[in-house]
Amino acid sequence: MSFPQPKPEVPQLPQNLLRTIDCQQGAVRAVRFNADGNYLLSCGSDKSLKLWSVSRGTLLKTYSGHGYEVLDADGSYDNSQLCSCSSDKTVILWDVATGQVTRKLRGHAGKVNCVQFNEEATVILSGSIDGTVRCWDTRSRKFDPIQILDEAQDGVSSLKVSEHELLTGSVDGRVRRYDLRMGQLHVDFINSPITCVCFSADGQCTLTSSLDSTVRLLDKSTGEMLGEYTGHKMKGYKLDCCLSSKDTHVLSCSEDGHVYCWDLVEGSLMLKLPVGKAVVQSLSFHPSETRLLTAMEGRVQVWGAEPEETEEEVVVVQQEKA
Amino acid sequence: MASDSDSDGDFVTFGTPLEPLEEDEPLRKPVPLYEQTVKDEKGRYQRFHGAFTGGFSAGYFNTVGTKEGWTPATFVSSRQQKAGRQNARPEDFMDEEDLGDHGIAPRQITTTADFASGRKDVIRDKARAITSLSAPIPGDTVLEDLVAPARSSMGVELLRKMGWKDGQGVGPRVKRRLCKQRADSATRAFGSASPPNGSSESQDEEDGEFVPENVTFAPKDVTPIDFTPKVDLHGLGYRGLNPLAALRGGPGAGHINLFTMDSDRTNSLFGEDRKGQRRRGGVAGQGFGVGAMEDDDEDIYHRDIMSNYDTVLGGEEPGNGLYGWTAPQQYNRKKKDHSKDAAYLGKILEGFTLASDKLETKTIFPPPNLPRDFRPVHYFRPVVDLSSVSPMVAQALQTSRGHMAQEEPSKGGRHQLDSAQRRELLGEATLQGPSSVFDLLKVEDRERLSSLRRPSSDTSSGPRQPTPGEARAAVVAAGVAAAAARASAQKALSSRFAPHAEQQQQEALSVWSGPTAQAQTGQTFKPFERTPHKQARYDLYIDQLKQGDRDALELSLDPTMTEWERGRERDEFVRAALLYKPSSSSLSCRFTRGKQDDGVEADTVEVTRDQENDVDDKQAAVKMKMFGKLTRDTFEWHPDNLLCKRFNIPDPYPGSGFVGMPKVKRDKFSVFNFLTVSESPTASASPAPQGVKPSEPGKRSRWDVSGQAGDKERKEKDPVSEFLSVARIEASGSGPEASTTDGPTTDPTVEPDTEQKEEEEEEESRPSMDLFKAIFASSSDEKSSSSSEGESEEEEEKEEGVRSKAGTGPQISNQLNVNTTQPAPPVSTTPSQHPDILFKTPSGPAAAPPPRDQEMEEEEFGPRLPPPSSTLTAERRPSPTPSAKDDKHKKKCKEKHKAKKHGKHKKDKKVRPGKTT
Repeated sequence: MSFPQPKPEVPQLPQNLLRTIDCQQGAVRAVRFNADGNYLLSCGSDKSLKLWSVSRGTLLKTYSGHGYEVLDADGSYDNSQLCSCSSDKTVILWDVATGQVTRKLRGHAGKVNCVQFNEEATVILSGSIDGTVRCWDTRSRKFDPIQILDEAQDGVSSLKVSEHELLTGSVDGRVRRYDLRMGQLHVDFINSPITCVCFSADGQCTLTSSLDSTVRLLDKSTGEMLGEYTGHKMKGYKLDCCLSSKDTHVLSCSEDGHVYCWDLVEGSLMLKLPVGKAVVQSLSFHPSETRLLTAMEGRVQVWGAEPEETEEEVVVVQQEKA
Repeated sequence: MASDSDSDGDFVTFGTPLEPLEEDEPLRKPVPLYEQTVKDEKGRYQRFHGAFTGGFSAGYFNTVGTKEGWTPATFVSSRQQKAGRQNARPEDFMDEEDLGDHGIAPRQITTTADFASGRKDVIRDKARAITSLSAPIPGDTVLEDLVAPARSSMGVELLRKMGWKDGQGVGPRVKRRLCKQRADSATRAFGSASPPNGSSESQDEEDGEFVPENVTFAPKDVTPIDFTPKVDLHGLGYRGLNPLAALRGGPGAGHINLFTMDSDRTNSLFGEDRKGQRRRGGVAGQGFGVGAMEDDDEDIYHRDIMSNYDTVLGGEEPGNGLYGWTAPQQYNRKKKDHSKDAAYLGKILEGFTLASDKLETKTIFPPPNLPRDFRPVHYFRPVVDLSSVSPMVAQALQTSRGHMAQEEPSKGGRHQLDSAQRRELLGEATLQGPSSVFDLLKVEDRERLSSLRRPSSDTSSGPRQPTPGEARAAVVAAGVAAAAARASAQKALSSRFAPHAEQQQQEALSVWSGPTAQAQTGQTFKPFERTPHKQARYDLYIDQLKQGDRDALELSLDPTMTEWERGRERDEFVRAALLYKPSSSSLSCRFTRGKQDDGVEADTVEVTRDQENDVDDKQAAVKMKMFGKLTRDTFEWHPDNLLCKRFNIPDPYPGSGFVGMPKVKRDKFSVFNFLTVSESPTASASPAPQGVKPSEPGKRSRWDVSGQAGDKERKEKDPVSEFLSVARIEASGSGPEASTTDGPTTDPTVEPDTEQKEEEEEEESRPSMDLFKAIFASSSDEKSSSSSEGESEEEEEKEEGVRSKAGTGPQISNQLNVNTTQPAPPVSTTPSQHPDILFKTPSGPAAAPPPRDQEMEEEEFGPRLPPPSSTLTAERRPSPTPSAKDDKHKKKCKEKHKAKKHGKHKKDKKVRPGKTT
């Protein structure tokens, strides 16, 4: 081409269905990529946590040990450990390879909504419906939390950890950011129950979705609103939202069976991804590539920018007897 | 020496084993010291002669005698036996000890030199050296060494026979590629130790030409790892000063490099430089003068020159710096390697290599520099709009801040105002007609109160309408009128301090001399606790105030103090007395989380020091999408030290004694503790079924945030005015409206209406029941329900009165703490019931929920949730909790209905206040 391109290439969106995984573990409550995006974790309502290969869609391991449905999971940076939380009020630390329970952490008074490792997997942070965030030590043998953050006045629905910060979203309509380095707690009032919070990849912004069917992009340091994304429907369910890997787009689940994808800067709806008829329960964006996981009912779907050469419509995986 | 076979019998044993201990054997006496002797196997005492060389005994029992005694032997000539005399071997002079296991010439089966490994026999070498020294011609054995045949061990011979050559490794021959890789790894691992031709060869091959496929190569030789144990206490790789180098003298020796990098550099320093130089014997160098016989004195004084030091980071130029960046390839490569090695200051230890890629270091940012005038403690003062406040109040606020800061580090701000001041603050007319408790409350509180009151008005709408509360309210109103008069007088005199102080004294007196205060003995505040004397004087002052002493202040002050001090203390006392009035109603700070153990009879509860700003402002800001300053609160928060450690972050508050938010003790006894008791079941009530009870208080869902009746009203009104009317409107008007908006929003999509109705019926009339109890229970009932036992009956009655006022409506004054001195006549009808029990199994007039459901839920959910704080309830709209929300996820599941109920029920438990049991 002789002319210089007028615009940089439009970032691609994960609009092609690559694969559907029938997880066979009841409703999938949450689906998460691991740290490098090669594997995915699906949290089932049949008390099991499953590890899958994203590229092949095969089941690698089933982790069973929870007493009730698994609500969230996270993988450590070195892929050696998993943590998951459940309605049975426990947080479990798993060994990936053996599938054994390394540690079962009890202490929450209600079901645990969200769980995260910190950057070095030395602390597990779990947020519960009892309004507390508990910081569990994975290094010592102590089974008591290091610290209990009880500032939330209602259940903690979502939680994210960065290098030195902890972002929690609570049903009391507040986003709390605990800055460990500064020793400060910043509370942003949203006035609607928070369903999901995220850090942006550059660490300058926070993304919050709330039950007023709005996703808001807030400046982390000042709390000012940088963007507001609407159009989807999020009124009663705790649904996820996320940013794309390059921070170019904002994605959110919706109760109308779509995943909505907005341009981060312009706020315009770029893509309305039809996932199915039911509520899109959870989603997770690949840490580096244009790849998206969605969970609806008992299925996990993998979406990519361009269709794969080997087009397999549905991979029904024969599952081992749980 | 030690045999390494597995069986136990082959162990070498030293000494005599202890006799095995018997079970029931009496303790034997220890052997006395003089009997502790060591004997050899012949029974001779061993005296440890030559203990340091192994120990042996000499002579006959360490004597020079014999068995026969000291008898000189007769001389026997050996002249005839000369011919038969043979060479004596060393063994001839050894006894059996020397030939034993631990002797100097042990007799046992060993590997002969032929079969021994390449390691030299140290003892033999030493012996050889000694003999060579003592030989008639010193250095005799040198020749012997030179001409000694090169003997190789049997293993080497065998390997040679099998085709092995020196310098090769042992093992099957390998193809070229593998061989190359091995060679690379070998050179990397052992550096210069690998045979030099190997590396060059492999390089040649790399560049190289075609090699046929069937050619195989021997594997590279492996340098054995040296397992010399480290016996000194030096650091790894430390070599210390080489005494030879230090004493060798000459100009090069002036600089001693402790960190020699590698061997060739050492060679270049000490070997090659000195090759041509004549080596002098004797001692020379720095510090030693020049002898008369020596002719060169060029370097007596030590001069260290800069060329001995590196001036460039990284390695020196390879070669002699002849090549620049256009250097041939081998120089470049060498340079690269060299620079890599030299980047590490010091010698690379044997067996170690430099890492090829660097460890990623975490960037650690220092905390920002504090401004010079930064004070580490920040008090969050209430935002008082000075324009809307009378100047007197503003002044009072400011003075109280300035003066009381040292006695009371935490200020509740507006909560410390008394009701008259508060009325000023609210800009309200001084008591025209009945005013209301609601004036004091924030909007949420008011809302909750109104929702509390509505059922009561429902229940009391019948024949009980003229309640005794009315009578009490009248009494209260009279007291309020007096207070209001005082307040207005105070306002008139506000500019001058002295009358103001006088006024305050009067006020304090009137407050403290009341019967309410009299009853309150135990739980007075101790504002001057840090200075006991002052506190004692303050106590005296309070005591005298209680007795109604007019000059209480003057009596209680210390006459020995200076006038200025007394004046100051007087001021402080009066202020403190006013601020710490009996049951001074600090409103929202009393609402705390119900985390405390209810059974504990503590007078105070812990409240976070920094309170959140007004939620109304925030809501308005959110509505206007003005996020930022308005919606953000920043608090001090102390992370746990261990947490910081785990996050690799320095503790921001090193040495702080607590974690979390700074906490402050607040009085537990407050009207509003009790208000929350009766309020909580109301709050937990679910929305009223539509059409069933239109007057039921509208419970807004948490999920729907805007566009509700309450919000609409809030928009219309000025937040600091006409509370009364609003409360009335809310009581009657907004109920149905809210409930209609409510039903769909709780679960807009999937919830069928019938289900909702069902569960709402389950809970609908609990509040009225509880309120009923709260209002009409006798004081003895109160005691059973309130956890505070140190509380006097009178106060309880007072609280009760307030509660009933809160229930009965707006006809009472806002002076609830000071003037409600009239005890309420107990109007009890219901049997005393624990709120909890009552909550679980409501026996109220309305339909009770099916108990089966409750039990089931209890089973499934285990222990109940900890009750949340009451500040929480202040801004929380009763609504489904996240549990309900999450349960909605099981959309497909059939037991959704049940799950929904869990949510509701859990939420009910949550909202239960913590301060009561």
